[in-house]
Amino acid sequence: MDKFQIQSMNLHYGKFHALKNINLNMQKNKITAFIGPSGCGKSTLLKSLNRMNDLVEGCKITGSLKLDGEDIYGNMDVNVLRKRVGMVFQKANPFPMSVYDNIAFGPRTHGVKNKKQLDEIVEQTLKDAAIWDELKDRLKKSALGLSGGQQQRLCIARALAVKPEVLLMDEATSALDPISTGKIEELCMKLKNEYTIIMVTHNMQQALRVSDYTAFFLLGEMIEYNDTDTIFSSPKEQKTEEYITGRFG
Amino acid sequence: MRLGKIRETAMQGVFFLTAITSIAAVVIICIFLFCNGIPAMAKIGFSEFLGGQKWSPTNVPPSFGIFDMIIGSIYVTAGALVIGVPVGILTAVFLARFCPASLYKVLKPATELLAGIPSIVYGFFGLMVIVPLIRQYFGGNGSSLLAASIVLGIMILPTIIGVSESAIRAVPESYYEGALALGATKERSVFKTILPASKSGVLAGVVLGIGRAIGETMAVVLIAGNQVQIPKSITDGVRTLTANIVLEMGYSTGLHREALIATGVVLFVFILLITLSMQAIKSRSENHG
Amino acid sequence: MAKNINSSVLNLKPINKISFKQRMLSYKRKPLSFLLLIIVGLAAFLSAAALIFLMVYILVKGIPNLTPELFAWEYNSENVSCMPSIINTLIITCLTLAIAVPFGVGAAIYLAEYAKKGNKLVKVIRTMAETLSGIPSIVYGLFGMMFFVTALHWNMSLLAGSFTLAIMVLPTIMRTTEESLLTVPDSYREGSFGLGAGKLRTIVKIILPSSMPGILAGIILAIGRIVGETAALIYTSGSATGTATNVMDSGRTLAIHMYVLANEGLYTNQAWGTAVVLLVLVFGINTLSAFIAKKLGSKKG
Repeated sequence: MDKFQIQSMNLHYGKFHALKNINLNMQKNKITAFIGPSGCGKSTLLKSLNRMNDLVEGCKITGSLKLDGEDIYGNMDVNVLRKRVGMVFQKANPFPMSVYDNIAFGPRTHGVKNKKQLDEIVEQTLKDAAIWDELKDRLKKSALGLSGGQQQRLCIARALAVKPEVLLMDEATSALDPISTGKIEELCMKLKNEYTIIMVTHNMQQALRVSDYTAFFLLGEMIEYNDTDTIFSSPKEQKTEEYITGRFG
Repeated sequence: MRLGKIRETAMQGVFFLTAITSIAAVVIICIFLFCNGIPAMAKIGFSEFLGGQKWSPTNVPPSFGIFDMIIGSIYVTAGALVIGVPVGILTAVFLARFCPASLYKVLKPATELLAGIPSIVYGFFGLMVIVPLIRQYFGGNGSSLLAASIVLGIMILPTIIGVSESAIRAVPESYYEGALALGATKERSVFKTILPASKSGVLAGVVLGIGRAIGETMAVVLIAGNQVQIPKSITDGVRTLTANIVLEMGYSTGLHREALIATGVVLFVFILLITLSMQAIKSRSENHG
Repeated sequence: MAKNINSSVLNLKPINKISFKQRMLSYKRKPLSFLLLIIVGLAAFLSAAALIFLMVYILVKGIPNLTPELFAWEYNSENVSCMPSIINTLIITCLTLAIAVPFGVGAAIYLAEYAKKGNKLVKVIRTMAETLSGIPSIVYGLFGMMFFVTALHWNMSLLAGSFTLAIMVLPTIMRTTEESLLTVPDSYREGSFGLGAGKLRTIVKIILPSSMPGILAGIILAIGRIVGETAALIYTSGSATGTATNVMDSGRTLAIHMYVLANEGLYTNQAWGTAVVLLVLVFGINTLSAFIAKKLGSKKG
């Protein structure tokens, strides 16, 4: 079943045509990876899915983007959209507050006030994100004191705490060491049973390791989209092949 | 060549001397204030001076208690903060996060203009406009703690706005984006992530504002009523430490004059404490960053 | 062809524009956020309104009082002309700058060009300058009275007032000068040293000229403070009504003149007029400073 349906979508930053006529459907409970060289528009497309592009001045989108058949840019409240479509950023951005308050931020935003209920959510999401054991003794400590990998997993947990349906990951492991990266990849595989995950990655090995589907972008165009094995073993387009075999990018 | 070298060294010495003038200035100001003020306090008796509630310098024998004026300064400053801090911080939030660019171009220079207005103009405005309004609507004669608080509240606005705005702007955008991505509204993201993250900078602005309010003289003298008393209501008159100095310095002699200088010492100590706490805030925020 | 593409971009109807209706619907779900928005807007409105009200009120009250008599050369009890105090203000401003600028600029040169980074003494100097800038003007006034007026026997005079103000504006000039010296790129220094110029020559010929606008902006800022100052002057330069003919004479500046008028309560109209003169002066000075600083900023790119 399709979680996202994107039809003839174009995006301009001022006069720059950043995404050209994108048509793409993404499946529920799968991991879809966007790959391509820097500046190809893959992050831009990702940010269009939870309307974070609205923050960019001069950004204009046309076409249609739907979440479960509902128009993202229609009458859907943007705050509701972002609750349903969570996001993890390239650079871990925990708030300058305690681990507990970081996780509780989202639920509190959406009206959970009961202390006991919050405690449960914090414990459950930290367990879901597989860092409960590491952090259970430092819930009251500042999140800024954690290591880079822990911070990023905390951010994943923070995104999970509002019970989203989709998790967008914008090169979430690009600043991390291989061990932390491995932990996050493992986590993604586990999470896809409950969530739809869309990740932007620079790392083709990562796409190959974790994703079910892969879309290859180049200069604002989606060149090829298929299941990951096909893309990497027998790409239809020559440009895709050149990219994945490392001839450019 | 040799001559050139001598000139180089000589000028370096000259620059060095100019650099230490600020140290010399602080030292000499301290010496003069303390050497004149402390003996006077000792003569009057420290507890008598600081804790005494009777100020009648021309009586025989005279009394020099400045307790009411210390309280007066604290009340007036607190009043100014009650008015200036919320408005100032919220205005800074508006300027940094909500203001459209076209409006910003007008509003920002306007707040800076507010800082340039001489205090005597504020005082005169307070005397001619605020004081009559208070007389009309709250009773009393108008010159009051309330009048001083309002005018000082406006006077410290630009300080608080300026410092707070740059503190808010210094907060990484990623906190804001992180909160938005969780489905928080723009307002919630600003007030729950950005503002808390900028709190030490905002605090520095407030402390600077306190320094300005407690040291303000000419505006206060014109509108506070200047009665030596602990005001029982906000429409009562009040005398601050600064007002005490300016009002009586002109005709004072002997111990009276020294007592006024000692009043200046008390004020100076207040300001030093504020400067110190300011530096503590600064170094703390640097350590955190 | 390219033109066509561009114009078609401009004609696009983007779907991501948030309409007013959408925004209101969203606030309906989160009334607290809407309340916050209103409070923030209200605060900004209050700040702006305070300024506008103050300005308009003073201008409306004051401009009709800007009579030619207000600018007569002579002050007497029938006509409280502000001309003598304008001249006194001018003299005090020049004197103060003559004292404070060499010291302020010299100190900044030492801090920016000679002192080693992390030098303990530099830290002390900065702390002291910061302390100076926090001292209230009435305390400067007290000190000036004790030191220049009494201890040095200068009596109440323009000179005593100027020295007092010079200490007061010293940190301003130091800070702005140092900031603008630090914006001069190191390549200028290296280029000059490379040509065999000594440090002094480099500073005088290369660094000072290229940081001049910043220094000037700081000096003008200081002028603004001097013109508006009252508390530091009232017991150092005094409030004599005439035009000073000598730096050892006492004389009131415009701000003190206004204080006396306001305090006596007899010449309210003239006080309004003087307020306008003072405001126009201070705003003119501050605008000039901002203009020069901006010019510097644009030159840097």
